[in-house]
Amino acid sequence: MKYVDEFREPGIISGVARELARTVDPARHYRVMEVCGGHTHSIYRHGLRDVLPANIELVHGPGCPVCVLPTGRVDDGLAIAARDGVVLTCFGDMMRVPGTKGTPLEMKARGADIRMVYSPLDALRIAEQHPQKHICFFSIGFETTAPSTALTILRARELGLQNFSVFCNHVTIVPAMRAILDSPDMRIDGFVGPGHVSSITGCRPYEFIAADYRKPVVVAGFEPLDILEAILMVVRQLNAGEARVENQYKRIVPWEGNPPALRAMAQVFELRPYFEWRGLGFISQSALAIKDAFAAYDAEKLFDIPGVRVTDPRGAQCGEVLKGVLKPPQCKLFGTECNPEHPVGALMVSSEGACAAYYRYAVYSAAVEAPA
Amino acid sequence: MCLAIPGQIVELSSEQPLLARVEVGGVQRNVNVGLLDPGEVGAGDWILIHVGFALSKIDEQQARDQLRMLQAMGEDQLAIEEIRGYSFADRDGELDEIRR
Amino acid sequence: MTTIESTRRTPRFADAQIEMAHGAGGTASRRLVEGLIGPYFSNPALQAFSDAAALSIEGTRIATTADGFVVKPLRFPGGSIGELAVNGTLNDLAVSAAKPVALMATLILEAGLATSTLESEIEAMAIAARKAGVPIVGGDTKVVEHGMADGMYVSTFGIGATDPRVTLDPASIRPGDRVLLSGPIGAHGITILLARGELDFQADLVSDTRCVWPFVEALLSRCGPGLRWMRDPTRGGVATALNELVRSSEYGIALSEENVPMHDAVRGACELLGLDPLHIANEGQFLAVVAPGYADAALEAVRSVEGGERAVYIGEVRAEPKRRVVGINGYGGTRVIDMLVGDPLPRIC
Repeated sequence: MKYVDEFREPGIISGVARELARTVDPARHYRVMEVCGGHTHSIYRHGLRDVLPANIELVHGPGCPVCVLPTGRVDDGLAIAARDGVVLTCFGDMMRVPGTKGTPLEMKARGADIRMVYSPLDALRIAEQHPQKHICFFSIGFETTAPSTALTILRARELGLQNFSVFCNHVTIVPAMRAILDSPDMRIDGFVGPGHVSSITGCRPYEFIAADYRKPVVVAGFEPLDILEAILMVVRQLNAGEARVENQYKRIVPWEGNPPALRAMAQVFELRPYFEWRGLGFISQSALAIKDAFAAYDAEKLFDIPGVRVTDPRGAQCGEVLKGVLKPPQCKLFGTECNPEHPVGALMVSSEGACAAYYRYAVYSAAVEAPA
Repeated sequence: MCLAIPGQIVELSSEQPLLARVEVGGVQRNVNVGLLDPGEVGAGDWILIHVGFALSKIDEQQARDQLRMLQAMGEDQLAIEEIRGYSFADRDGELDEIRR
Repeated sequence: MTTIESTRRTPRFADAQIEMAHGAGGTASRRLVEGLIGPYFSNPALQAFSDAAALSIEGTRIATTADGFVVKPLRFPGGSIGELAVNGTLNDLAVSAAKPVALMATLILEAGLATSTLESEIEAMAIAARKAGVPIVGGDTKVVEHGMADGMYVSTFGIGATDPRVTLDPASIRPGDRVLLSGPIGAHGITILLARGELDFQADLVSDTRCVWPFVEALLSRCGPGLRWMRDPTRGGVATALNELVRSSEYGIALSEENVPMHDAVRGACELLGLDPLHIANEGQFLAVVAPGYADAALEAVRSVEGGERAVYIGEVRAEPKRRVVGINGYGGTRVIDMLVGDPLPRIC
């Protein structure tokens, strides 16, 4: 697969790993946070920890939109699904996230019409095909996904659909990064910045991290070679005492971002005054709501949702893991009460959750050779 | 959900200007190109696909330049080591340390 | 690690209701069978939890197996429910080193099912059975109300003569044994996924459903004594099958990820959807663990049969890590390959 395989090429990866081993200062311990859950997943999926020098510690960030969604919002979505004549559509990742009374998949087993879709446009198509039902799309995601939801709402209006709505749970990445930087528990030296979010937002939004907090940020792609190169770039900056925003993912990310996508977002969404994030608490100006002009497509205006705050179950330390304070196995429930089959929190469910990555790919660190 | 994958445009739809037929390693799907500037992409171009939308056009020259640079990095490394006279055994030891 | 230890204990079945995951062939299915069903039926033949039950009738070794088919849609590129039902049971016998002797089939039909649809499936079953040289000697038919059985469900039962030249046992695998895979993975599961039409992807891909007895027969005649274990990786894929193997043994398996063959479309679909090809169902492949001394002969045996050209070794048994399957890539990066959790692709067989 082009633009994938070349960035998984073992020879080049080994070469960059050697360069990284040469570049790290052996007397120094580097704490680098990969913000995006997609990076966490890729690091574990591709066994990158096996080729990293021992003095680079990767801290997993909160960039997993399913993980940071509070249980109360999942309950709200399921309340919409429970209504007669409503079809709830969502991404595959959402299907096994636990709400208070069960996961979407369990609700489906009990008769709720909940369907997995690959794209919000598929939800739109279901709405066109079933005019007698109301199709609600449970949208999640950072700025990577929000423009797609925006275009979908615009298309729904173009089509004059009367039976389609979006339950909007889009969040923005910068406030979460700021919350982490401001947190007293945090000691991060540098960041591997979110690649696909940046394809929309561009690299400028991270400049405050370099300017005000004096930490390097390297926006990175998701293939193992991308992540390795980005880590190398962070280490080089740290060694030189620099703090700049750099773009490793140049083939995809334009420095100024994607203007049509940003315009679509601005047309359809506005910032909520505040929004609750699992583990990070209430953060102001960190989430998107649908503007009044599109109220006809806003599930929160069309339906009465419970809006109840639900705290994490006892013993669950989702918040600390999301902030990078704890590694997944340090959570008391990890692997025992909380595992992929019976997840207590979303971090064990989502393909981008740190706990899921850790559990599924659990570290096996020893020099090994592949069988012939 | 940052899952996005590179795909190649097979053709732009004539009836619906915002739709492109895209292929990802042998699988085809219609993708909405409304987040890109009109006329920015055409058949044969590579784009990044996320939840049925194109987010970005892939800059093929950037990709080539980057790979070339990274490949050279690894080769320079080996060249330096050979000049310094590292034996094969030493280099393997270093790789084991990397993998620890 | 507690996670590894906890998966070794016999799982208790504490779920209040049955979910789709319990039929997916992964961890939930295992818990249901071992934690709820097994304890009631408890007997030595069942406790082995292998693809076919080993019985002995007055000294003659027999293998029997049963399988249910609920695939949706009924017909898909490369096959249909009838063909799957016949090949699936034949393959369970084959990988138990038993030459299939006879099949039976039960049909549960939805009232309103078009006769032409039923006839197509009966014909498909007849063709598949005839191709394998195995008669369908009986069965049963029931009809249920419109709205149930989704068209039709098929169950097949098979009986075979266990080959005396070989004793297959997961506990017999040893470090250094090679893991053989008959061909490219994921074709069936992804074909079904695309055939459902819900995701609006298209690809030039067909189900790999076929009877694998001819390959197994070649293996048995050329290297019977070197065969330790075989399995057809259906629901849950290669990853689940190999995990089930190592959990019944004292060793682990290392897979060379780059050696695992798959069609481009399987790879593309999995990358697009975030699926792992090692978890996708196959209906025409098998895995065999072969002692090193017989490795060359085994590969040659499978490749010599038409359709076996892409057979390849994908890994080997290792002393560590015990009871785990580990994937190793080209630059030495490792990851644990676990059994399937949940049910990303329901009703694929």
